[in-house]
Amino acid sequence: MTAQDQNTPEEPQGPLVALSGVSKAYGNVLALRDVSLDVHAGEVTCVLGDNGAGKSTLIKIIAGVHPHDSGTYTVAGTPVRHASPREALDHGIATVHQDLAVVPLMPVWRNFFLGSEPVKGRGPLRRLDVATMRATTRTALLRFGIDLRDVDQPIGTLSGGERQCVAIARAVHFGAQVLVLDEPTAALGVRQSGMVLRYVAAARDAGLGVVLITHNPHHAYLVGDRFVLLKRGAMAGSHLKKDITLDALTRQMSGGSELDELTHELSRTPAATGPVAATDPETTA
Amino acid sequence: MTALTADVEPTAAQSLARRLLRRPELGAVAGAAAVFVFFSVVADPFLRAASLGTVLYASSTIGIMAVPVALLMIGGEFDLSAGVMVTSSALVSSMFSYQMTANTWVGVGVSLLVTLALGAFNGILLVRTKLPSFIITLGTFLMLSGLNLGLTKLISGTVSTKHIGDMQGFPTCRDLFASHWTIGSVDLQVTILWWLGLVVVATWVLLRTRAGNWIFAAGGNPEAARAVGVPVARTKVGLYTAVAFCAWISGQHLLFSFDVVQSGEGVGNEFLYIIAAVIGGCLMTGGYGSAVGSAVGAFIFGVTSKGIVYAQWNPDWFTFFLGAMLLLATLLNTFVRRRAEAGR
Repeated sequence: MTAQDQNTPEEPQGPLVALSGVSKAYGNVLALRDVSLDVHAGEVTCVLGDNGAGKSTLIKIIAGVHPHDSGTYTVAGTPVRHASPREALDHGIATVHQDLAVVPLMPVWRNFFLGSEPVKGRGPLRRLDVATMRATTRTALLRFGIDLRDVDQPIGTLSGGERQCVAIARAVHFGAQVLVLDEPTAALGVRQSGMVLRYVAAARDAGLGVVLITHNPHHAYLVGDRFVLLKRGAMAGSHLKKDITLDALTRQMSGGSELDELTHELSRTPAATGPVAATDPETTA
Repeated sequence: MTALTADVEPTAAQSLARRLLRRPELGAVAGAAAVFVFFSVVADPFLRAASLGTVLYASSTIGIMAVPVALLMIGGEFDLSAGVMVTSSALVSSMFSYQMTANTWVGVGVSLLVTLALGAFNGILLVRTKLPSFIITLGTFLMLSGLNLGLTKLISGTVSTKHIGDMQGFPTCRDLFASHWTIGSVDLQVTILWWLGLVVVATWVLLRTRAGNWIFAAGGNPEAARAVGVPVARTKVGLYTAVAFCAWISGQHLLFSFDVVQSGEGVGNEFLYIIAAVIGGCLMTGGYGSAVGSAVGAFIFGVTSKGIVYAQWNPDWFTFFLGAMLLLATLLNTFVRRRAEAGR
């Protein structure tokens, strides 16, 4: 049942998930145009982009929230068109959303099994297998290095990073082959981000294909194997880690030529133009 | 990195206190004990065994509806039509049997179908339109209270239904919905059994079934629930039909204990159900609460309403007490929830 059973990082076959020329329009607005990406087992594919670049549309297509309009979406070589998150889950694609991953007031163990609760007994006595649920939650989290003494505490009492980690551990436990993480570090501090990235790496090492959506190239570069850059709904670049440096990635991510323009604009001497105060120390640099 | 929780093990007393604080019913139990002691002191007849039956009966009539209303609130929704739906259910049962000169059991069965359909209507309208349940059930509340009066006048000519006490099936229906028996000097109504049975079933469903997990999740964070594959819409429709089912039980009790039904009854009771649920620890925002808590809330209602009578006070004081209890309980619940939600 767990992903550990299929621990074969060197998969001879093609990518677990492949998007090719995928487009999506909401009414007249073309939110995503001709985007392609590959997700391989035991690798992290990072999707980078500014706000409004189409990251969330892309994640919704992969997660099955919205079906794509054109292009192909294949899972293990088979073309699919997901109509619901449940269908994507059945294909082994689990998505951890940024802030809707858990139900805060429910105990950790209930959250862990939510939607996939094990039952025992039959007829009217069909009931949750509570002992197994508690014990499994504890061991599954321990495997990721999270030691919760009390799995009965409401998950809302955990820190943001811990909650993300529970959600990741949960996806791995339920046999996800592809893990889609939506901005897992966006709302977190440095230490908590580090914790989440460590679990991303742990999931990768367990043989999962990971899609990491982020606007932070530093986080992406730490764990990523492939980088897809989005800009205004279209692909602005696709790189393997060996082909690109962090500097180049950061530069592309922050807009490349646009950044040059911005640099130029901001470094104009106060004498040349502008309403900017002449004493601005930045301008002399 | 390995240990995210504190290393020190809590003492037994600490962990007991923590477990208690985590119970939604905590405030309600304290409140129930307080009002019980209060009326035991100020009202002499209150502690007599005979009074217990009266208090429990009053509690059960509210409690039967407070159970599904609590479940619905945990699931994140309201039902303002619950009060008049009880009356609708009784009216349908009575008028169908009378007009068709059918066995009262037929009326009871038809009433069950109609009432369940009303509940399903509420639920389906909610999940289809995605409007707030407050608006939708306010609408059905007004429509039902109008229908109750209008149709009854149209069919019976008056605002109340005809007597059906002499009809076939009435005695057995009465046994099921409105019988009572005496143990010592305590007169116990069958509604108490219905009430306790519902509390047990609802607690089982909430804490030990998948549906229960889904109810908590549907109220606590519907988007998260949907994202992990919980059928949120189906859960909510189910909750509304559960309210309807209990409205049917209450309605049949009304009919078979009084023989006639006043078509204007039930208005305002929906708030008593909600109050019982809230005093019992249900959060207005959903995702938290218990069926046992709703029972304790209903018991507080029973103790207060009858305690005031036994103390020979003006019954006008009742709503004052109820309001004060509601405020105190909500304050306590908010405090508990903050503790639960606050970071470590």
